[in-house]
Amino acid sequence: MAKHKLVDIASVIRSKNSGPYELTFDVIFKDFETYGMVKAANAINKQNFCALYGIEESDVLHLVYFDPAKAVKVTICRPIPSGALGETDVYGAQQHAPLMGMEVEF
Amino acid sequence: MSNETKKEIRVLSPTAILGYGFPEESFNEGMRRNPDVIAVDAGSTDPGPYYLGAGYSFTDRNAVKRDLSIMIPAALKAGIPVMIGTAGGSGARPHVEETVGIIKEIVEEQKLHFKMAVIQSEFEKDFVKEKIRKGDIFPLGPVAELTEKDVDESIHIVAQMGEEPFIKAYESGAQVILAGRSYDPCEFSSLAISRGFDKALAIHMGKVLECAAITALPGSGSDCMLGTLKEDSFVVEPLNPIRKCTALSVAAHSLYEKSNPYVLPGPGGALDLNETKFTQLSDTQVEVRGTKFVPTEEYFVKLEGVRRVGYRTMSPAATHDPIMISQIDTVVEKVRERVMDNFRNSGMKDFHLDFKIYGKKGVMNMFPKTADSASDELLIIIEAVAQTQEEANTICGFARSTMLHYGYEGRISTAGNLAFPFSPSDCKMGAVYEFNVYHLMRIEDTCAPFPITYMEF
Repeated sequence: MAKHKLVDIASVIRSKNSGPYELTFDVIFKDFETYGMVKAANAINKQNFCALYGIEESDVLHLVYFDPAKAVKVTICRPIPSGALGETDVYGAQQHAPLMGMEVEF
Repeated sequence: MSNETKKEIRVLSPTAILGYGFPEESFNEGMRRNPDVIAVDAGSTDPGPYYLGAGYSFTDRNAVKRDLSIMIPAALKAGIPVMIGTAGGSGARPHVEETVGIIKEIVEEQKLHFKMAVIQSEFEKDFVKEKIRKGDIFPLGPVAELTEKDVDESIHIVAQMGEEPFIKAYESGAQVILAGRSYDPCEFSSLAISRGFDKALAIHMGKVLECAAITALPGSGSDCMLGTLKEDSFVVEPLNPIRKCTALSVAAHSLYEKSNPYVLPGPGGALDLNETKFTQLSDTQVEVRGTKFVPTEEYFVKLEGVRRVGYRTMSPAATHDPIMISQIDTVVEKVRERVMDNFRNSGMKDFHLDFKIYGKKGVMNMFPKTADSASDELLIIIEAVAQTQEEANTICGFARSTMLHYGYEGRISTAGNLAFPFSPSDCKMGAVYEFNVYHLMRIEDTCAPFPITYMEF
């Protein structure tokens, strides 16, 4: 087991609205081998994702390993709906940065 | 062989959103492949609630006209239909009417003749309230039950139609079909479904094509894609030689803006991607097969609605003073207190005052428990939302002048605390809306709620 930063092992790390009430995060890995190891170790999981963003596990709607794209997808309930008062990212496209520095173990 | 009996159907998607544009070379290459339909998605909820509320498109009128003035005559010349979904960005009545106006200008300028179908998707409030009473409306995801009060407060309520109204309009002989709010794949899938092609593959191909060349490498929202639907597979490819589709880029697109890549719900059922296979056919083409469609027992359409919450004025201002920056939270708190106190007896109580602080977790504001950020410069956006524009101007202006001269602890820069990038410093932003309807409605007739009118040019 070793620790790896997602920014070093992923080719895509992004966030976006999935409708105005959900945010969805995609991590697409550089190669199938790394993806396979991440998946086998369940290295991105509800616990460490929620710790990273400071949210409750009940706010995670889906956490899916998607083999065809060697990707992990996490969809959460948006803390503030898109465009509501107090919000600062209408498209939800800039909420991914904490994932770049996330360390996963496999 | 006539189009009707062909074993495949070709769909040309010129651009990701009508008005985002496309190179004419790519479009012409698409026309050389003898497409059966030109289809385009014209909207999205991504730009937020404002556009549905204001009856205004997030796309530019001239840019939309440019795209349509190429697509429509090319389709008429080739004898194929043009199908446009989510007209005017949001698909309510004013959005559809604006696009009808653009098309009429093109008709006039180019002396075109064709039959157009216009499909509306805005629901009357009485109809929605009746549906609430019948128990036909359900929350979609993390939202509350819909109430009659929500409906009364909403400005426009639209529903995402399925492919059925498109098919009805096409079978009535329309050459241009302009639809209000539509489930994104419909304008791409309806012709194929009407001709008996596999519904799952038709919709999945629509899901890929609706974003045009965003699926390709390098990705682009303003370039063309071609989809070819066959009996048990479909093939997608870009039409610009600088782009390629790879099995990975197409598979990865199943993730984009979706909650769950394996199950993609829509009107009447969900796509199931558990058995889907993505295969590289050539340098640029990808074949997709194995997708299933799982129908729901009853037919549901998604409703979207917004209400007005007030009017906004904002003032962007910045600081580079390390003492001010070290105390920014206190400064904000004190300025807020001063504003509240000053207008305590004014009757202006129902306002929202916010300080968005860039350089100190401005972007990550939604997640207050994430790691702190720090910077030697801060951009502060002072924002007031109040019941009238004048009240918003008052609150924002007062907060701005108070912050400019606030004497925080240890201040040595006594001439002013803020650098304003503009004069005037405050910006009136008009009405502010928020989503207040995001629900599913059960309907029996898949076409009746979406009335179609026809125009002959």
